[in-house]
Amino acid sequence: MHIVIKLFGVPLSCPITNSMNIWFSCFLFIIVTPAHIVRLYDRFEALDKEKTGHLRPQDFGAINRLAMNPIGDRIIGAFFSPGQETVDFHSFVRILAHFRPADKKHPKDPSMPEPVNSRTSKLKFAFQLYDQDKDGKISRAELLQVLRSMLEMQVTEEQLESIADRTIQEADLDNDDAISFEEFRKSLEKVNIDHKMSIRFLR
Amino acid sequence: MVLLAISRPSLASEATGNGTEHTITTLPIVIWKWEEIHFPYLVALWVLVSWLCKLVFQLNPCLTRVIPESGLLICIGWVLGGIIYGADKVQTFRLQPFTFFFYLLPQIVLDAGYSMPNKLFFGNLGAILVYAVIGTCWNAATLGLALWGCWLGGAMGNIDTGLLQLLLFGSLIAAVDPVAVIAVFEEVHVNEVLYILVFGESLLNDGVTVVLFNVFDAFVSLGGAQIDAVEIIKGIISFFVVAVGGSLVGVVFALLISLLTRCTKNIQIIEPGFIFVLGYLSYLTAEMLSLSAILSCTFCGVCCQKYINANMDERSVSTVRSTMKVFANGSETIIFVFLGISAIDPSIWVWNTAFILLTLLFIFVFRFIGVFLLTWILNQYRLVPLDFIDQLVMGYGGLRGAVAYGLVLLLDENKYKEKKLMISTTLIVVYFTVMLQGITMKPLVTWLKVKRAAVSERTLAEKIQNRTFDHMLVAIEDISGQIGDNYMRDKWNNFEEKWLYWLLMTPIARKSCDPIFNIFHKLNIKDATSYVKEGERRGSLAFVRNENKADVDFNKKFGADFSEMIRDSVPSVCLDMHEQDLKMRESEDFDAHHLLQQHLYKGRKQHRHRYSRKQLEVNKDEHEVQEIFQRTMRSRLESFKSAKMGVAPPKKISKHLKKDQPQKVREACTFSSFPLVFITIFLEFSEGDSASGYEAAGGSFPMRAYRGAGIVNPAFMAEMDTMDPMPPMQQIPSWLAETEVDSSNMVPSQRAQLRLPWTPSNLRRLAPLCLSTHSNDSFLLADSPATQEGISELPPPPPPQDGQGQGTHK
Repeated sequence: MHIVIKLFGVPLSCPITNSMNIWFSCFLFIIVTPAHIVRLYDRFEALDKEKTGHLRPQDFGAINRLAMNPIGDRIIGAFFSPGQETVDFHSFVRILAHFRPADKKHPKDPSMPEPVNSRTSKLKFAFQLYDQDKDGKISRAELLQVLRSMLEMQVTEEQLESIADRTIQEADLDNDDAISFEEFRKSLEKVNIDHKMSIRFLR
Repeated sequence: MVLLAISRPSLASEATGNGTEHTITTLPIVIWKWEEIHFPYLVALWVLVSWLCKLVFQLNPCLTRVIPESGLLICIGWVLGGIIYGADKVQTFRLQPFTFFFYLLPQIVLDAGYSMPNKLFFGNLGAILVYAVIGTCWNAATLGLALWGCWLGGAMGNIDTGLLQLLLFGSLIAAVDPVAVIAVFEEVHVNEVLYILVFGESLLNDGVTVVLFNVFDAFVSLGGAQIDAVEIIKGIISFFVVAVGGSLVGVVFALLISLLTRCTKNIQIIEPGFIFVLGYLSYLTAEMLSLSAILSCTFCGVCCQKYINANMDERSVSTVRSTMKVFANGSETIIFVFLGISAIDPSIWVWNTAFILLTLLFIFVFRFIGVFLLTWILNQYRLVPLDFIDQLVMGYGGLRGAVAYGLVLLLDENKYKEKKLMISTTLIVVYFTVMLQGITMKPLVTWLKVKRAAVSERTLAEKIQNRTFDHMLVAIEDISGQIGDNYMRDKWNNFEEKWLYWLLMTPIARKSCDPIFNIFHKLNIKDATSYVKEGERRGSLAFVRNENKADVDFNKKFGADFSEMIRDSVPSVCLDMHEQDLKMRESEDFDAHHLLQQHLYKGRKQHRHRYSRKQLEVNKDEHEVQEIFQRTMRSRLESFKSAKMGVAPPKKISKHLKKDQPQKVREACTFSSFPLVFITIFLEFSEGDSASGYEAAGGSFPMRAYRGAGIVNPAFMAEMDTMDPMPPMQQIPSWLAETEVDSSNMVPSQRAQLRLPWTPSNLRRLAPLCLSTHSNDSFLLADSPATQEGISELPPPPPPQDGQGQGTHK
């Protein structure tokens, strides 16, 4: 089943899997502007070589440059909700919408749900990259995994462990040897998340 | 003395006639032939002297840190000029425009084009063109008009000039000079984008400069009265013709060079020479057609670099690179020395304080205004906007140099009464920009950077997280395709692959142009090298052979060297030995911050620009990329294995590959995700941290590889549709490519793969070697036995202990 959206007169046919998604597609307009949707859909189609309307990990794997990114595979994993093996267009856009620069002009409306590209949401996304088992905490092992992938091979295991220990020490406030989301957020309060986690074209 | 005595009569006689018949009284043993030889001798002597100057101040490294090399060369030029003037009372040596434009400039431009980072250049081409064309026009117009205004106002006193002449002067002094930019920016390491913008602008604005110069020169000849709309329109048209025509000439020559290198397999010894000759011809041809010669030479270098680097042998490529650097650097040195020498000549100096000072002021001010204006406009459209600091540096980096000086010397004295004034002003401007701005550029950049980095990373968490963010952004940009640029780039890439590679590149070169294959290839070479080193350390390469009780069958077919190569090209030695060593090292105290600083992988954004006049740098980031790539492949393999229950990825793999099978049989390479599986399997072989358990995991591996070596074995073709998961590997690793085999020889080499160390955890999944014609990709077999019919000879995998060398089953 397809819905056809007309954006600026360009008919754009999005495959819809169930009726709930119609509601989502309206929601899409809030998180990303229409022009961006068209472009992202083009990109989605380009990646979806078999035209199934879904992306699988292999489709992401086809992007060669991701293989040269230390956390490329984690990012790919972040697109897939737990248990799901495919990504449809809505989830694709939703994840990418995290990287939109925050809208500074409109004041935050407390009644509205937290926008996807707010500082908190971005931090949550980053947190999920670390916290692979989704228990709400970054354990030492998880931190070690990330460190290992981001540091050159010549760093020894002891050095890695030492760095991980110190990092946890710095951030861990309640002494449970793991970093919770609150502690994570606190440790990054000086960092300009909006600047560091935004892609300009999604302006 | 005797010689002199003997030679004096001949000298005397020579003075009367130039080598014509003269009466000699005795046989001269040695003759003084200065007259005949003085020209080449002087040229060689000056080249030597200029280059020796470079040597002189390199002796004092602290000097070079403060003053850029170009500035020091100018100073030495002054000294030398003073000496010559003192000796001769007239400046016998000066920078002649003809020499400059035809003998000194082309090689610099060719080097700039050849070493240009293409992706960056074309990625930012829009911005570069805006700055080059609109920026230069703005500079020229505003400077000319401002000077004219001041002249009208009487600030300059009585000089015989007019609006058109001042506009001409403005146009020749407005252009940012490539030589000066390279010279100064090379020592100041700014970020890539900024560098490419200034550098690209300095190269491409020649199109505008040439046009403006010719147009205003013609206007001055015509006289003010005859300039009407037609002439102005003609001027605008001439801009397009000159610029586009010049570029086209360059592209044509680039095509010629690429085609030529395609055929020069047998004359590799002078292959590099062709590049230089044709590059120079492109410059001269454009000059002959009165098009922009610099544009022509630049585009020649830019367009041909990829193809000639792929086509030519590696030695030729490095010869070309080194020789270009020698010529370019040498020319630059000579230019600056002569810029200094030419100044010591009272005959050209006409001092008009107001003119000079006003010129300097206006150049500066209008450059900044122009840059800020244009950047503001560009930032509306750019993906990554340029921030204020970059704009500042760009404005400050608008250096003028020898090109302006050369142009001003070309002016006709009769038309331009104030030529001497213009020459003096130009020289002052050049000195000012090169020396003053050159000296202050580095401190300025450092100072500004300090201001920017106000937020320092206090905690480890911040540091790590910042780096994570960088990588994250790069990944998201890749996933989302950096929309906008990418569409054109994709189209161009497709066009290039389809037509240009076929036309311009040798078949072998075509195979190796995929980046992933390149990495793969380099990893192989690295592993092979470390294997050999390990062997040497242990005394001989036989150390591995002793460890297996292997059959000797394969020696029959291949000979001992191949067997070792094949057997142990598996880089079993390097990685894990490395890690073992590390573990054995004692852990010392270290500062975690320092460690992170040193060893965190830099994101792609942080890679520095690679064009350097002085150093022949090969991309140092390749090592990092290789490591990351290896790891990613390894972890993907792990996740494939662990996820085999869920999604059955092998099914998908075969589907993927099957689909592309028909296209890829005989075609030039395009690597995509499928070979990643191939690579992962290969890398898996390299994993071996324990010598136990050799399963013929690679059973089908050489089989596929040999097919890829160009042999289409019909017996296997039939299987391809159903079974074969892999596309024919045209891009086989070099160590396999060397073995000229046909399918009948597959057996021994398959056995050779038995020696692959394999991790114990994987053993269960590996089927032993099956010498059937079906796909033996054990990976697939193990993962989805249900989908593979017709594998009649699949014995159960032997238990690990059994793995010691008995892998062959029939």
